Amino acid sequence: MMPVDIEVAGRNAETFPVLHVWGWEIALYLFLGGLAAGLLVLAGWAHRRYEPARLGPALGWMGPLLAPVVLSIGMFALFLDLENKWNVWRFYTTFRVAAPMSWGAWILILVYPASLLFAWAAWSELGPAGARLVTGAPFPLRRTIAGLNVALGAALGVYTGILLGALGARPLWNSPLLGPLFLASGLSAGAALLVLLEKEDEWRRRLASIDLRLLGAEGVLLGLFFLALATGGQAQRAAAELFFGGPYTAVFWVAVAFTGMLLPVWLERLERRGMVAHTAVPPVLILFGGLALRAVIVLAGQASQWEVLL
Amino acid sequence: MPRYGMAIDLRTCMGCAACVVACKVENRVDEDAFRCRVTQRSRGEFPNVHLEILSERCNQCSDAPCVWNCPTGASHYADGGIVLVDESRCTGCKACLAACPYDARFINGRGVAEKCTFCVHRVREGLEPACVSTCPSRAMIFGDLEDPSSQLVRVLGARKHRALKPEAGTKPNVFYLE
Repeated sequence: MMPVDIEVAGRNAETFPVLHVWGWEIALYLFLGGLAAGLLVLAGWAHRRYEPARLGPALGWMGPLLAPVVLSIGMFALFLDLENKWNVWRFYTTFRVAAPMSWGAWILILVYPASLLFAWAAWSELGPAGARLVTGAPFPLRRTIAGLNVALGAALGVYTGILLGALGARPLWNSPLLGPLFLASGLSAGAALLVLLEKEDEWRRRLASIDLRLLGAEGVLLGLFFLALATGGQAQRAAAELFFGGPYTAVFWVAVAFTGMLLPVWLERLERRGMVAHTAVPPVLILFGGLALRAVIVLAGQASQWEVLL
Repeated sequence: MPRYGMAIDLRTCMGCAACVVACKVENRVDEDAFRCRVTQRSRGEFPNVHLEILSERCNQCSDAPCVWNCPTGASHYADGGIVLVDESRCTGCKACLAACPYDARFINGRGVAEKCTFCVHRVREGLEPACVSTCPSRAMIFGDLEDPSSQLVRVLGARKHRALKPEAGTKPNVFYLE
C-alpha cells in the first residue's frame, strides 16, 4: 500500500489523530459490569443446583451480596463518563430498540432490583449465624429469584461486549464475538473473586477448577476474535495488527494474555498438583487480567478505523 | 419530502479552508472545535506523489449509525433528512462520536454532541449553508437530491463522483465530483 500522509485544517481533540472519547471510566465500568454478571450467574446457578446447606459462604451469600455493590461502583464510573450529567434521566424517558446503550440502561434497571432481592434472600437464609436480620428460614421463591439473576446476569455480561460490538465505525470492536468474549471474561473474574472469598477448601477447589475452564473458553474466544479480524478486509487486518506488532502488542500479550490468563492457569495447575501452596495470587491475577482486557479493547478500538493511514 | 445533499468539485476546490472559517463564524462554534475541516492527503513517494484535498463534514447519512446508536433519541432526523442533535436530550455519552465513521462530531462546551447541521436554520429560510455561499471558487453545490431539476442532481448525473467510505454502509449524502 502507498504511504499516506494527512494534514488537517479543523481538528477536534476527540477525533484527531484517532478517536479519543472513552477512558478508564468505561473500561472500569465494562469490567465491573462483567464481574457483577459473573457473580450473579455463578451464585444464581449454585443456588438452583445445590441445597442451601451445602453451599459455601462465597456462593451462598457473599457473591449475591457483593454483586449489587460491584455494579453500583461500575455504574458510578459510567455516570462519571457522561459529559452532560444533568440529562442522565433521559436514558429512562425512551427505549431505543436499535441502540445497545439503551438496552444496557434498561437491563441495569432490571438487574439492580433483582440482584438486591437475591442479596436479601441469600443473606437472610444463608448469612452468618448471629448477624442481625438473618433468620435462616427459607426465603420465599429464593430459587426462582436465583434463576432470574442467572438470566439477567448473562444479559448484562453479553451486553457489555455488544455495546462496543455494535459500533461499525471501529473495525476492532465491530465483532459479534465481543459479547461472548466479555461474558466469558466476566464469568472468570466472578469465579476468581469467589475463590478469594471462599473459606471452605472443597468449594474453593471446585470454583478454581470452574475458573480454569472459563479461562480456557475465554482463550478460545480471543483466538476466534483475532482470527475473524485477520481473515477480514484491510481495515479488520489493520485492527488485528494493533496487537501483532502495533502499539498495543506489548500491553496485550504481557498484561492480558500472560499475566492475566497463562500465569494464573499455570500457578493453579501447580497448586493442584501440590507443588505450590494455595495463595491469593492466581485469582488476583485473573481479576487484573479482566480489567486489563477491557482497558486494552476500549483503547485499541478507538485507534482502529476504516481509513488505514500508514 | 426533500433529501438534502451536497457535492464538492475536486477540480475547483483549492483547499483554502474558507468553508471552515465561515462555518465557525456562522454557527459560533467553540474556540477549539470545528464542524467542518479541510484534509490534505498526500500519497506515494517522490517523485510519484499525489495530493488530494477534501472539504469534509457530517455526511447527513441516510442510514446514520449516530442516530440508531443514540440511547436517548437526541440524535434524530429532521426535515430533509438532516441529522440533528436535540441538546435537551443529549447525555454526552459519546456513543455517536464512536459510531460515526467520518469522525464528524465533537463534544461542545455544554457537554453535548455537536456537528454540521447543513446550516438548517439558513436552509429553512431558503438560503444555502454558510460554507457553500462562502466558497470563493464555487466548488460546493447544495440542493435536494429528490428534485430532478436541481443543479445538484443534474451535476451528479453528468459528472463522475464518489462518496467517502461507502464501505461503512451509511448511505452518505455528501459527494465529491472527480
